[in-house]
Amino acid sequence: MNQKILEAKNITLRFGGLEALNGLSFSIDPHRIVSIIGPNGAGKTTLLNAITGVYCPDSGEFLYRERQISRLKPHQIAALGIHRTFQQSQLFSRMTVLENVMVGMHPVTHSGFWKGVLHLPGERKEEKETRQNAKNLLDFFGLLPKAGRMADQISIADQRRLEIARAMAGNPELMLLDEPVAGLNIRETEAMGDLILRLKEKGQTIILVEHNMHLVMGISDRLIVLHHGSKIGEGRPEEIQKDPQVVEAYLGR
Amino acid sequence: MGKKNKIYLLIFAAIIFALPAFLRNNYHLMVLNVAALNILVVVGLNLLMGYAGQISLGHAAFFGLGAYISAVLTTTYGFPIWPTILLAMVITGMVAFAIGIPTLKLEGHYLVMATLGFNVIVYIVMIQLEPVTGGPSGFSGIPRLQAAGFVFDSDRKIYFLLWAVSIGSLLLSLNLIHSRVGRAMAALSQNEIAARCAGIDTERYKVKIFVLSAVLASLAGSLYAHYLTFISPGTFSFFYSLQVVTMVLVGGMGSLWGSLFGALLLTLLPEALHAVKEYNVLLYGLILMVALVFFPHGLFPGIAAVLGRGKISGSPDSEKPLALNKGT
Repeated sequence: MNQKILEAKNITLRFGGLEALNGLSFSIDPHRIVSIIGPNGAGKTTLLNAITGVYCPDSGEFLYRERQISRLKPHQIAALGIHRTFQQSQLFSRMTVLENVMVGMHPVTHSGFWKGVLHLPGERKEEKETRQNAKNLLDFFGLLPKAGRMADQISIADQRRLEIARAMAGNPELMLLDEPVAGLNIRETEAMGDLILRLKEKGQTIILVEHNMHLVMGISDRLIVLHHGSKIGEGRPEEIQKDPQVVEAYLGR
Repeated sequence: MGKKNKIYLLIFAAIIFALPAFLRNNYHLMVLNVAALNILVVVGLNLLMGYAGQISLGHAAFFGLGAYISAVLTTTYGFPIWPTILLAMVITGMVAFAIGIPTLKLEGHYLVMATLGFNVIVYIVMIQLEPVTGGPSGFSGIPRLQAAGFVFDSDRKIYFLLWAVSIGSLLLSLNLIHSRVGRAMAALSQNEIAARCAGIDTERYKVKIFVLSAVLASLAGSLYAHYLTFISPGTFSFFYSLQVVTMVLVGGMGSLWGSLFGALLLTLLPEALHAVKEYNVLLYGLILMVALVFFPHGLFPGIAAVLGRGKISGSPDSEKPLALNKGT
């Protein structure tokens, strides 16, 4: 039961001569919030892109539930149950809030091409369920009143929540959040922290990339610290705060 | 696909099928028949342009493949008509698949290049393969469509068949874009990375939609051949490809109703402009320019926005967005 959800083994990823990730190894336990922190350019977002198949590591491997995933394409990895949000909101801006979530349910729904074209009863039933489930999810995220709005016509805070809702719609086992409070004010940041904790209570495993140390220290179970693509620290928040190497990376000697 | 769309489609079908009763002139019916075929091609092309974010400049070639495969097999080799039309669709689909697989895997607009080249090749083959295609002077004597002893041998008779096929394809396409697959396609055209990370196999959907649009063009081509009983390469040159892309753009990319509108308008407009004789090309170009300058997203969504704006500002219920472009 307490099997690792994700294991990274010696991941290296280069952009030309630059080693963006350098022999990175770590593992993620289920039902935890693990935060990845580090100065700008440390390789945090690159790591998320490597896990989700947007980039392919030059060497090393990711094991998801002991299955090798580092050669799979993004849609295959998503179908296995790893979903993510993006640093810059990547919503489908010409769709409504509700439709964005319905797209997120793609991996857990089945109606194919011909069923759609012919609008068969099975397809109609699934479509109805999809719509209802999407509404329930929006309700959980407090976005139901805005279900009919276009995704680019809601506030930044709502857009961030919608991205998480869309990622949750595919019923992921592992959720990767890339700076979910970037651009939010203090109150919105607190609300986001509560929301992430509520997701954890529902049993969600979360990898969080975030610069807001207040949030990170408040909600994380573990931290992984990156610097120039290498791991320089790992542990509980209170341990990391005292780690001289980490302090040095952030503040300089 | 929503009650509104169904009602609009019913109203449209009613008008179309009532029209022949008021049109005495067979020439008018012929123009409308050509419009029906154009709609078939344009609806398919719009699925590709509006939902897969890709442009094809080779739809005249797929249209031509349908026409020539049907014509040659039924006339020269005596194949039965209806199965041959299906066979032409299958062959054209396979050709599109072969073009789509390598080009749609690449990011960017490689499909435009590939289809443009393909169109030129098909056109040259039609002209040069004289023993089979009849060469530049065309291919004649193509048998007319018939079903259960009923021969579609006049503009008026075939009008109903062509429009039924055309409206039927619009109905099925509307179904598609309002389904799970249609949503996935809309997602991939709006944000490909986000779509892939949401579990959508974007490459596969792009190829599928490209094949589907080629197959619809092939069907239109076969019907065209059996309707006019004479075809020549000129019809299937690159210029027709440009024309259907223009119809999609003028009607509105991603709006299937717009396609209907765009195809009808650009088919009927040159006929209406015959009155001004030598100025008709000039006027035609001017109308296109004005349309695209003032309605860059297409006439249909543009006009719908203008009409909708008045309504929304007048009502306190501003929760409702301008639900344009989303597959109407």
